[in-house]
Amino acid sequence: MFYTNGNAFQLLNLQTFILTKRYKYMGVLSFLFSSSLGRKLIMAVTGISLIAFLLVHCLINATVFFNDGGKTFNEAAEFMAHNWFIRTTEILLFVGLLLHIIQGIYLVFDNRKKRSAKYSGKAGNANSTWYSRSMGLLGSIVLIFLVLHLKHFWVVSRFEIPHGLNDENLFAEMVAVFENPIAVIVYVIGCFGLTYHLMHGFGSAFQTFGINHKSYTPFINSVGMAFSFVIPLIFAAIPVVMHLGLIK
Amino acid sequence: MGNSMKINLQVWRQKNAKTEGRFETYQVNASPDMSFLEMFDVLNEELIEDGKEPVAFDHDCREGICGMCSMVINGRPHGPKQAVTTCQLHMRSFNDGDTVVVEPWRANAFPVVKDLSVNRSAFDRIISSGGFVSVNTGNAVDANSILISKEVADTAFESAMCIGCGACVSACKNASAMLFVGAKVTQLSALPQGQPERESRVVAMVNQMDAEGFGACTNTGACAAECPKEIPLSVIATLNREYYKAKLNGK
Repeated sequence: MFYTNGNAFQLLNLQTFILTKRYKYMGVLSFLFSSSLGRKLIMAVTGISLIAFLLVHCLINATVFFNDGGKTFNEAAEFMAHNWFIRTTEILLFVGLLLHIIQGIYLVFDNRKKRSAKYSGKAGNANSTWYSRSMGLLGSIVLIFLVLHLKHFWVVSRFEIPHGLNDENLFAEMVAVFENPIAVIVYVIGCFGLTYHLMHGFGSAFQTFGINHKSYTPFINSVGMAFSFVIPLIFAAIPVVMHLGLIK
Repeated sequence: MGNSMKINLQVWRQKNAKTEGRFETYQVNASPDMSFLEMFDVLNEELIEDGKEPVAFDHDCREGICGMCSMVINGRPHGPKQAVTTCQLHMRSFNDGDTVVVEPWRANAFPVVKDLSVNRSAFDRIISSGGFVSVNTGNAVDANSILISKEVADTAFESAMCIGCGACVSACKNASAMLFVGAKVTQLSALPQGQPERESRVVAMVNQMDAEGFGACTNTGACAAECPKEIPLSVIATLNREYYKAKLNGK
């Protein structure tokens, strides 16, 4: 009897504990959407996730350079399109992408309100790089490209190409899309936007995480610069090479 | 004045925070050895002699430590030189016949009081919200009763160099005050005296910074590049770290 009562009491206590704690932690986490530092943390976390995605995406795309008629590439695309783990991660990635876009747009417009009267004197690049000051513009270029890109390939690979490897495959779709020179130009411009967006974004994310020390920050920034050039270069090379008919 | 130089000045004139401002053009004969503020003294003498309103600008120590001389010169806070305030900028940094544009710090959190003088009380309110250490009253404690290593003292001192001039805010495209707040948080969280309020301090200061209407940091590094005391960008990383840690601990 005593124990039963005790358990019931404890259970009630636990419930109150969970409820109050949960509300408390929800309140604490609200800084992610309300404080300037919280918003930056969201940008950095989602940004780094997108960078990790770019690496995987680029490695898979680079298989077209085997020039095996898209055999390896199609196998990889088939795996990515139907593996449950990848599909789950994909949902998380889309949530992250949306957060990155929404927070980014909010920050650009909110920050602009902090200085109503603009400077007349122009400092140019005396104290910062143009691309670090233009992340909103560069992000918009990447976003415009991305909408087109998702329509070209993501929608096709997820909803239109049937399960299994056959004549209707993603490689054939690529060959078809990149026959159009305008598509090739849009893809190359998108990659230029991505390069400059990454040149600032990669190192910036680490700074936001609070990871900055003179002993390793130059290394992080060098890796960031290399990543920003190499990855978009591989991405941009594919439509160009395919348009020229060097890979088929 | 054998080596006098002619400077065409475009100076921002604004009666008060409520009125619209505009640029006025003046010609000044300056000596290359004058400081930028002394050049303004010469201009104001002439304006007073002509019965005109002199240009209002802030200055106090004229030796680079008070942080009052809030002038953006040709688009750069404290002018073209590295690691100097306006009073330490000399006219020899310009050429004879140059046109020089001078405007106040521009940030909604720093309203213009008059002409080139702005109200930086927002910084004071950030400091009052948490940028302090609590000390018992009574007899002064012996300076060496708490041991502090040279490394820690150096880190704290590097950040303590901040004079609160606001050049970081004026240089930032978002008018963000993170280099200032970062310097204060880094200095106090490095020292043993700053430990009791370590977590509540960073949260209170960041809340106050946001409430004052400063923008968010986008890591362009313009603040550190323009800081007259060369506060490094790493203080903002420290600020981020301290803030997230405090938040993780439920502060």
